[in-house]
Amino acid sequence: MTDHTDSTSKHKIDIHKKEHKEEMIHQVISFTLMILFTFIAFGMVILEISSYFVKPVLILLAVVQVVFQLYYFMHMKNKGHTMPAMMMFSGIAVAILTIITFTTIIWW
Amino acid sequence: MSHDDVLNPKQMPHDPEKATLEGKNKFIGFWMFLGGETVLFASLFGTYLALVRSTSGENTPEHLFGLELVFIMTMLLLTSSLTSVYAMYHMKNHDFKKMQLWLGITVLLGLGFLGCEIYEFYHYIHEYGFTFRSSAFGSAFYTLVGFHGGHVVFGLSWIVALMIRNQKRGLNLYNAPKFYIASLYWHFIDVVWVFIFTVVYLMGKVG
Repeated sequence: MTDHTDSTSKHKIDIHKKEHKEEMIHQVISFTLMILFTFIAFGMVILEISSYFVKPVLILLAVVQVVFQLYYFMHMKNKGHTMPAMMMFSGIAVAILTIITFTTIIWW
Repeated sequence: MSHDDVLNPKQMPHDPEKATLEGKNKFIGFWMFLGGETVLFASLFGTYLALVRSTSGENTPEHLFGLELVFIMTMLLLTSSLTSVYAMYHMKNHDFKKMQLWLGITVLLGLGFLGCEIYEFYHYIHEYGFTFRSSAFGSAFYTLVGFHGGHVVFGLSWIVALMIRNQKRGLNLYNAPKFYIASLYWHFIDVVWVFIFTVVYLMGKVG
């Protein structure tokens, strides 16, 4: 009986180890992409591409990097992150609403 | 079952950082704290963007910033983010020694970053005479980047303190959440830096 439970729990540990390994591979891939984005960002500035094009692209690259950081490095893609995700999205929603409200009030 | 058995079970659960109520509470509380930190840095970024053109003399962003050093600093901090992920990977596999090793590497990379930043500020002050009081741009720049640097100092002290304090204890359900939260903080510092190198340095060079 004890042997049996031991072997199942050992099996469970192996499954978890495999899961962790897969997660680690995803994290290394996201790290590689983040390095790539950094190279692109610095490259664009060094090559002095038109600033009207470069500025939005730089911001976009930064946002993508942060999404990688949040979801892969800070484990937000894993279970049990409903609460932080909900707070974050409602915060972003409030921020966007504020910007829209004030720009429309001033503009019209 | 005594308190000690609860914290040191024969077999560690799947997610040691969230296995206890204390761990779960720390986790939620820390994400809320990060919300507050985001507001702090958002304000500092807003201030910087409003004052970045209020320069004095030759000390403009285009003239001051050197991309080589910023690139090295970015690589150091980005890599330290990966090494702290490695540390958490070993924590989940209950390998305390390897976790400590990767945390140690993270600390070294963080110290490298800090060294570069101190050199950068020293360089600006002594070569260019660009200080906190030079212009509104100077104040905004040193406040924003300095606040981030302060976070790096705090994060490094935090990780080192955890490593020293738990050196002999090993990994258990009491300190696993502590390590996990410190690593989240370290990632957040990297998140802020991504925006600093983009908004302050790269967009400053573009003009």
